[in-house]
Amino acid sequence: MKLQKATCFALFAVIELARDPSRQLSAAEIADKYSISAHHLAKVLRDLGRAGIVVAARGVGGGYKFAGNPRRLTLMDVIALFEPIKSDTLSEGEPLPVTDAGQALHLVLKEIDEHAIATFRSITISTMLKLVEDGRGGRRTAR
Amino acid sequence: MARKTDAEKAVGIRRAEARDVAFVIALDKKITGIEKPDYWHDMFERYGANRQDERFFLIAEMNGALEGFIIGETRAWEFGSPPCGWVFAIQVWPGKRLKGVGAQLFEALCDCFRAAGVTTVRTMIARDNTSVLSFFRSCGLMAGPFIELEAPLRDSGP
Repeated sequence: MKLQKATCFALFAVIELARDPSRQLSAAEIADKYSISAHHLAKVLRDLGRAGIVVAARGVGGGYKFAGNPRRLTLMDVIALFEPIKSDTLSEGEPLPVTDAGQALHLVLKEIDEHAIATFRSITISTMLKLVEDGRGGRRTAR
Repeated sequence: MARKTDAEKAVGIRRAEARDVAFVIALDKKITGIEKPDYWHDMFERYGANRQDERFFLIAEMNGALEGFIIGETRAWEFGSPPCGWVFAIQVWPGKRLKGVGAQLFEALCDCFRAAGVTTVRTMIARDNTSVLSFFRSCGLMAGPFIELEAPLRDSGP
């Protein structure tokens, strides 16, 4: 599973801003932390703003604040803004493979996609923040 | 671990007793729409009244009102797995959710598992049951080393 660059930037921004919803950060500040393009991130933040996940903060320096509900907003909610994730690996309008091997491969890829979708749908930003705090990317333990 | 809120402090967790089974039946019916008295009485006999060092049927109550329950047990060497704790039922009364009751039930069950000497907790959830999947993920569970596989059984024919 590999997400597109804009999707990853959006997830970085949402997680970074959701760490402290009272804090406002500019695109440049977030970009600097994650060593990503500030120009590209600014466009992603505008998309997140249109979706109501972040709000542009007024005042000196500007920037963005997190505006979502971290216990409700899922990874899938953010990902779906930037790229289609469907359980069907076929492009729209593309017919089912006609060969038996093609159909079998399609079945396997569909299974993988369905697991990925269930995972993205079930992980909230709040859970991601716990992962960041507890494990720094390592495996968490049940309390 | 996060500090408990006043509402969370008011929740008490204890072992289920025979008188709780009526509440469990009613809660399950409220959630699933199906009344299963025989099933829940049998569950209480198996998990609430026997082998209590490895089987756990816990009830959450607040201010005298029952809020939810959780059932689990330690199992060893199934599928080649070393001993671990399995959670196989958790329900919280609708309207009492998002107040930490489920998390406290889960934590209490994990304490039981630790006391029983296991170091891993495990459960299985339908892939499309997003709310329960989210709940267990918020408790720290992630995909484990096993993959559930199944197939419809073909008709064996005449």
